[in-house]
Amino acid sequence: MPQFGFSISQPRAVNLDTNDFVPAEKLLRELPELQSCIACGSCTATCTAGNLTSFNFRKVHTLVRRGEYREAYEQMDKCMLCGKCRLVCPRGINTRAVVMKIKRELGDYQR
Amino acid sequence: MGKQVVIVGGGVAGMQAALSLKARGAEPVIVERGDRLGGKVAGWHKLFPTFTPVEDVLGPMLQRVQEAGIEIHTGAEVEALVDGGVAVKGGGRFSGDATVICSGFDVFDARRKEEYGYGIYDNVITTVDLERMFNEGHVATVQGTAPHRVAFLHCVGSRDEKVGAHHCSKVCCITGVKQAIEMKKLFPAAEIYNFYMDIRMFGPGYEELYRRAQLEYNINFVRGRISEASQAMGGKVQIKAEDTLIGRPLKMTVDMLVLIVGMKGGASNASYAAGGLVVADNGFMQPLDPFCGNVLSGKEGIFYAGAVTAPKNIGDSLNEGSAVADRVAEYLKL
Repeated sequence: MPQFGFSISQPRAVNLDTNDFVPAEKLLRELPELQSCIACGSCTATCTAGNLTSFNFRKVHTLVRRGEYREAYEQMDKCMLCGKCRLVCPRGINTRAVVMKIKRELGDYQR
Repeated sequence: MGKQVVIVGGGVAGMQAALSLKARGAEPVIVERGDRLGGKVAGWHKLFPTFTPVEDVLGPMLQRVQEAGIEIHTGAEVEALVDGGVAVKGGGRFSGDATVICSGFDVFDARRKEEYGYGIYDNVITTVDLERMFNEGHVATVQGTAPHRVAFLHCVGSRDEKVGAHHCSKVCCITGVKQAIEMKKLFPAAEIYNFYMDIRMFGPGYEELYRRAQLEYNINFVRGRISEASQAMGGKVQIKAEDTLIGRPLKMTVDMLVLIVGMKGGASNASYAAGGLVVADNGFMQPLDPFCGNVLSGKEGIFYAGAVTAPKNIGDSLNEGSAVADRVAEYLKL
């Protein structure tokens, strides 16, 4: 079949009516302080991995909390667990634990 | 007989100004357009950030006003500033040696933001409506069901060029957080989402309440302004926003959409302008300066207190009620 270079884009909207919140709620139950994130971006600014790759911890954990798990696991693979993010977080979130939990819970969602 | 001071408006600022002036030996006369004292606060249920019942604040104040024997005229709407006093609708006049304008603000009319469907769709309400429901002791959707999912939208009528309001109404952020917590207390299984552009927690205990809303009450805060709402099946409301922190559009249906309406300058400000006072670009009255002249109008014998000059919380309005008494006393050589 000839290919003309056309394709259909998938909708980009996050649909909170259909997303599965069970893994996100489990994560928040185990690490409730993650709910107090004010998205200041300190973690991402100081991130060793983010300095060299497209890893954005703030964005990935926000996506996970909205029930968007695609690529979260692979993204977390970029983290070297250096812990600088935890040192700078003004809300005292155990960010390394968030990384580990996401890796543990969301392995099934890797694409 | 002491010198008479006309107080326009019997909300918290006006009552405090009257009490402070009375204590200094003046004879304040409260001219109130409504049928009771208490102003906008009287329509509220509980107050941020402590969830103090309104009657715990207004009750003792009203009692003090009564015990001080302050002259009160309700149902008297000021129509114009006249020499040495005010003229009210229907022909009456009140004269004094000074006038303190404490007529407060107007609530933004949410129907002007048509895209949210207030007054058109079921289950789109405002913070004022929600306080009334709290007072009535019955919060439910139009269909009579308990809401499972509620969205609050901050900055309705504030920081919005489209409605001619560049100003921040200041108290709505904390009101939204307070009401979100109250809804969660009423409906513990409900999901609550607050859509915000910025969260501005300016007062003591406010930021702490915001943190508790996140940690103890599991309120979801989404940074992004809802762009439109539409009616969905069964009276639900579909909303669209961008979750700007993940950079993607977001949509969801909710059982109830609460518009956190802001403050605008009072409708009576135009009549003050006709009397030679200055209305600022934001529609509120312009005080002489924002510092030591914050209760002065710039016109001799006319003073301001409370939200007539800018959005203010109850504490700020009470402070100005006391501060204005100082300046009036100085002016009248009490």
